[in-house]
Amino acid sequence: MRTLLSLSMTGLAVTPAMAGELAVTVEIPKLEVAEYHRPYVAAWIETPDQQFVANLTVRYDVKMRDNEGTKWLKDMRQWWRRSGRDLTMPVDGVSAPTLPVGENRLTWDGAKAPLNGLKPGSYALVVEAAREVGGRELIRVPFDWNGKPVKAEAKGETELGRVAVEVKG
Amino acid sequence: MKSLLTRATLALTLAISIAGPAAAHRQWMLPSATVLSGQDPWITVDAAVSNDLFYFEHVPLRLDGLTVTNPDGSVGTAENQATGKYRSTFDVHLTQPGTYKVAMASGGIMASWEENGQRKRWRGTAETFAKEVPANAEKLQVTEGARRLEFFATSGKPTDTVLKPTGKGLELSPVTHPNDLFAGEKASFKLLLDGKPAPEVEVTVIPGGIRYRNDLGEMKVKTDKDGAFTITWPTPGMYWMTAQTEDKKTTVPQANKRSASYTATFEVLAQ
Repeated sequence: MRTLLSLSMTGLAVTPAMAGELAVTVEIPKLEVAEYHRPYVAAWIETPDQQFVANLTVRYDVKMRDNEGTKWLKDMRQWWRRSGRDLTMPVDGVSAPTLPVGENRLTWDGAKAPLNGLKPGSYALVVEAAREVGGRELIRVPFDWNGKPVKAEAKGETELGRVAVEVKG
Repeated sequence: MKSLLTRATLALTLAISIAGPAAAHRQWMLPSATVLSGQDPWITVDAAVSNDLFYFEHVPLRLDGLTVTNPDGSVGTAENQATGKYRSTFDVHLTQPGTYKVAMASGGIMASWEENGQRKRWRGTAETFAKEVPANAEKLQVTEGARRLEFFATSGKPTDTVLKPTGKGLELSPVTHPNDLFAGEKASFKLLLDGKPAPEVEVTVIPGGIRYRNDLGEMKVKTDKDGAFTITWPTPGMYWMTAQTEDKKTTVPQANKRSASYTATFEVLAQ
């Protein structure tokens, strides 16, 4: 997914105002534990009253034999309830490998799915992380999607570090 | 001695299978999970009769009459059934996506009468009643029992096929899906007796983990005129729900009253 970074904004200016770019930074903290597994992470967009709008990315063990990595998807239990259980994984453009420790910057082109269908308005980015033999954490970062630049962030305490949203108009 | 023991065991088994008003212990099935993802999910289930929820400390729950209903309504299998000293166990392979119902529904007759000033108790079926209960029994009380004990588990997206009531005995008709329960949220249910709303029935809900707290944490609600009731789950965890009714609607001519019970286990997830 990080390769999406190379998508430039060139040419997007001629399309409607909403065709900006959404950048999401998810920091995976370095944990001093005996048995470390990279967390499963789901990032999605919801309305201010927590109605599911669209998936951005779902990071899990996509390489396991027989799709076995899907066994723990339900541990991201809010994501599972709001979207996961309705999907058949893997989903193109959504399923991706787990994220390494550190800040991971992921970007989405406003002119492409799922953002091209996103009406102007107030939303929240939701990031949920669940780690095998570890804990779980969910972070919400409210943001406006109306063609204007936005920078917002929140900080996790256990399974997530900095979670940031940047909208480029 | 041996025959006494056998008789005691038999009586206990029957008592469990037709829980009457006098049944003091709690019967339960405890699934390893109720919300599952993945390609090949299984659940394993403990089944026991005990005082504390959910601990094995009294007798195992006999698995007679255990049925698994698949999401498509077909009959499933309870695999690897075993009964030990304190609990029974079995596994269910969730081969279909959707919601499964795992239930034990049973019925029977309990009778008591006086013989030479002594109280006699008997449990059996309509067929054995005439043979084993004296025709001239004094102060004869005969109760027909109908018991339902169940839980639900879902692989993937929750479905509704198995939630349709059978129309027999006391049953739950969920409004909120039983595998979509979260702490702090309100869940709505309807209690049905023979498929019709059961009004003014007390429903008791107790969170598991009794051994490690002082307060039982019991919640009691009464169904309204439509048999409806709601529960707001205070904390995540496994919950035990039970309700019981008594009426005169017997299906066997010998019985003068009917006792119907419903008991279920629900998993409530953390937000």
